[in-house]
Amino acid sequence: MRLPLTLHRLWAIVLKEFVQMRRDRITFAMMVGIPLMQLVLFGFAINTDPKRLPTVVFDADHSAFSRSFVASLDNSGYFDILPPPDSVVAAREAMAIGDIQFIVSIPPDFSRAVVRGERPALLLEADASDPSATGNALAALANLNQSALQHDLKGPLVKLNGGSPPFEVRVQRNYNPEGITQYNIVPGLMGTILTMTMIMMTGMAMTRELERGTLENLLAFPVHPLEVMIGKILPYIIVGYIQVTVILTAAHVLFHVPIAGSLPMLLACVLVFLAANLTVGMMFSTIARSQLQAMQMTFFFFLPSMLLSGFMFPFRGMPHWAQVIGEGLPLTHFLRIVRGIMLKGNGWAETWPNVWPLLVFMAVVLTIGFKRYRRTLD
Amino acid sequence: MNHPYAIDVHGLSKSFGNKRAVNHLSLQVAEGEIYGFLGPNGSGKTTSIRMLCGLLTPDEGSGTCLGYDVRRQSGEIKKQAGYMTQRFSFYEDLSIRENLDFVARLYAMPDRKRVVERSMAELGLAHRANQLAGTLSGGWKQRLALAACMLHRPRLLLLDEPTAGVDPKARRDFWDEIHRLAGQGISVLVSTHYMDEAARCHRLAYIAYGDLLAAGTPEELIAQSGLTSFAVQDDDPALAARLRQLPGVEQVVAMGSMYSVSGQDGLLIARGLAGFAGLRFEQVDTGLEQVFIRLMDRVQEAAP
Repeated sequence: MRLPLTLHRLWAIVLKEFVQMRRDRITFAMMVGIPLMQLVLFGFAINTDPKRLPTVVFDADHSAFSRSFVASLDNSGYFDILPPPDSVVAAREAMAIGDIQFIVSIPPDFSRAVVRGERPALLLEADASDPSATGNALAALANLNQSALQHDLKGPLVKLNGGSPPFEVRVQRNYNPEGITQYNIVPGLMGTILTMTMIMMTGMAMTRELERGTLENLLAFPVHPLEVMIGKILPYIIVGYIQVTVILTAAHVLFHVPIAGSLPMLLACVLVFLAANLTVGMMFSTIARSQLQAMQMTFFFFLPSMLLSGFMFPFRGMPHWAQVIGEGLPLTHFLRIVRGIMLKGNGWAETWPNVWPLLVFMAVVLTIGFKRYRRTLD
Repeated sequence: MNHPYAIDVHGLSKSFGNKRAVNHLSLQVAEGEIYGFLGPNGSGKTTSIRMLCGLLTPDEGSGTCLGYDVRRQSGEIKKQAGYMTQRFSFYEDLSIRENLDFVARLYAMPDRKRVVERSMAELGLAHRANQLAGTLSGGWKQRLALAACMLHRPRLLLLDEPTAGVDPKARRDFWDEIHRLAGQGISVLVSTHYMDEAARCHRLAYIAYGDLLAAGTPEELIAQSGLTSFAVQDDDPALAARLRQLPGVEQVVAMGSMYSVSGQDGLLIARGLAGFAGLRFEQVDTGLEQVFIRLMDRVQEAAP
């Protein structure tokens, strides 16, 4: 029996594919270069065990014991003791924005109660909206009450050493008391899904005109570049809102994620985020020569968005340079906004610090896109 | 201001990389005139038309289109000129009506719905109004493109090989339409490879490898070429090679049952033809095709 395949015909196809691959240099370069870049970038950046988390201590006791405890927090490596703000209220606001991860409050009669053997409690408030970011630090804390005062409890107090710990650390998990991962992931997923779809859809928008040859006609019409760009962005804003509606409904119904803050404010912030991503897609489509390239660029932007924004891995676990990159990504700020509003019930004052970076990002990207927009076929 | 020329450009040049696509093109097209733009493939016709409607920026040269500067006022030119691209470039996933409606909105046409319906009726597109443009055949696509570029009542039409791949009947209808529009005072610059279409233009320009080689009315161009042509009534396939050997013969074209022979020196050719015993031949009018092939041959000889 003869096979319907022949090697020379098969080889003809293989050769043709290689020739076409070679012609499309950008695509080929991306296929080789991007994995390497991402390997290096993410390999060094991602750290699932974040250390030196920002912590403030309100020490009302001012004793040798309290200082020893703070020193042991510092020595554990998980806590970065910062100078405390004026009041606990101010510290809680800083926690809502996300500047502070832990607040430790030591009561005024702490050392006296320890000496009396009353096993006093001190309070540690944690921003637990992302359970994975605080998990290891809280685990390290578990043994600190046993060991922190070992060197201070000597002489007549040595009997307090050993046996049950001389004091107790009461942990209060704010925003997500049960440490439910979905509470953190589902709002984050909304941002990731929007990033992906928005950039891809607009990225295709202009390159499709180029590929199908309709661009020549479009340029021959008396239409302003901004009319084209904004005209292509607006429909996708509506698509984005449909997605948001679906995701929020599912988050509520399937995962029971609470919406602690204001829904209208959340939807307003979504608008800014959608627009920021759509301008990225629009900029890509002014650079890409084909829809395939636009797609590759989308992934090129999407992967760091997912990995360096704090969506998959704790933001504070990354080295400083990676955090700087992360701060430049819209998703980073949107995650803080969404988690802030949905879990922390943040208001406008706590949300704004993450809204203006989105606006700046959008303005910069829109300018680049506008400058690069093809007004002629030159 | 009443400008005598719809197109009046001087010394337009355009290069892509180190390839000179158009070299110092000067062109004057009077109002209400059908101006044919001819030349071999890749000769710079499309580049020239794109420079006229602002899709490409000329490297050198200047001029006006409808009285507007081609460099600085391309926005105004776009509003008042209609450009029909060589390749169909309307939206294949939109219907005829949707495409026209889109164009009408871009030009901010008042009374849009009526304009679109009237335009479809004029070009016989009405019964296909809801058909997707991508499913139309070549001739219908071309009608749609023409309807779209005339929708805003332009004063100048720039048509880039509008009838390539269109059947003879549709081509004739198309040209009847062009003449009707010219009769209304619309100026038309049209590029083509068809000689019968060239003959229907008021004036012609011939461009090859970026250079304008000849311009004038069809009659002028034929006269300028100095060619004399003969029709030789014979279909012997071996004859062609022998005819080419004759002194003075520049072109021999086999056409079914006859040969067309032409050259600069008519007397010399006639003597040569008379040398063949029993060969029937007669002098005929020289066609544009011979004129243009001669122009092309001379350019190729001149090229290194």
